[in-house]
Amino acid sequence: MHELSLASAIVDTVERHAGGRPVTVITMRVGALRQVVPESLELYVELVGRGTVCAGARLELEVVPARLACCGAEWEPPSFRCPSCGGGGTVVSGDEFLVESIQVEEVEACIART
Amino acid sequence: MHRTYVKVLEDVLDANGTIAAANRDDFDRAGVTVVNLMSAPGAGKTTLLERSLRGLDVRVGVVEGDVASTLDADRIAQLHVSVVQIDTDPSFGGECHLDANMVRSALPSLPLDELDLVLIENVGNLVCPAEFLVGEHHRVMVSSVAEGEDKPLKYPLMFRACELVIVNKIDLLPHLDFDLDRYLHNLDAVHPGVDRLLVSAKTGEGVDAWREWLVRVGRREAVPA
Repeated sequence: MHELSLASAIVDTVERHAGGRPVTVITMRVGALRQVVPESLELYVELVGRGTVCAGARLELEVVPARLACCGAEWEPPSFRCPSCGGGGTVVSGDEFLVESIQVEEVEACIART
Repeated sequence: MHRTYVKVLEDVLDANGTIAAANRDDFDRAGVTVVNLMSAPGAGKTTLLERSLRGLDVRVGVVEGDVASTLDADRIAQLHVSVVQIDTDPSFGGECHLDANMVRSALPSLPLDELDLVLIENVGNLVCPAEFLVGEHHRVMVSSVAEGEDKPLKYPLMFRACELVIVNKIDLLPHLDFDLDRYLHNLDAVHPGVDRLLVSAKTGEGVDAWREWLVRVGRREAVPA
């Protein structure tokens, strides 16, 4: 269900940038902290994208590992607690959820001359 | 025909964030504090509201979010507070969370200028509501001891998204294998030092502290750490 909501938001974002052109590839950066299942997201983008410029587009996900920082040290979850001071670490990476780029088809031949 | 590469670099939830910011502006203009209350289904959000809103020293409104039915809004209406129900099923594709646009659609039904505090009871779900800001000032989650002590580790996104965790149903502790110390240890592992309140919406234990928290944020007083 989580991935379904996110897939709709992805398709909306891509549509705004595609300018009506068919999209062949959607490249995303997804942080590990977003708890997204890549296969599930691919399935839902395929479903939600039907009938839009995203129809048939391939989703390429780069999963960004989670890194936390505090007291001059960096570490990875599951613990978010600083090993030195016990406070909450700052998220350095891992909460991204970006459409990085898209690849679109330019269909010059389809533009009718008037 | 050729293919072009288009740089986008846009957060997928930016559109929701823009509407959330508009909601927040409306809330601030009306002087209303908004609390987004999130939990798994059945953690006791509605029962907690029933226990805590009656006779509260601030003027309260409630937005009830569910997939279907007006059962919760009907319960809250008994308390004589302004309540509006958002069902995600007929209008919003059965979404498993409230987003900023759904909350925006409910705003005309609430007398914001006559309220100090609006509680948004989100759809029961431990993942999606954490992703979608709705314009709230505070995010609170209700976590019940019946759910098991491992939940903070399984749903860090949600447990990290809130500033206060209400641990509900503590009246059940004698009947469960739930290890409260271990739960709090797990909570601190994913959200170190997050505020927590131990309550029983059924018996009323601990509910006064939650009511005091609501009054403080409703009056926009600083909440002591």
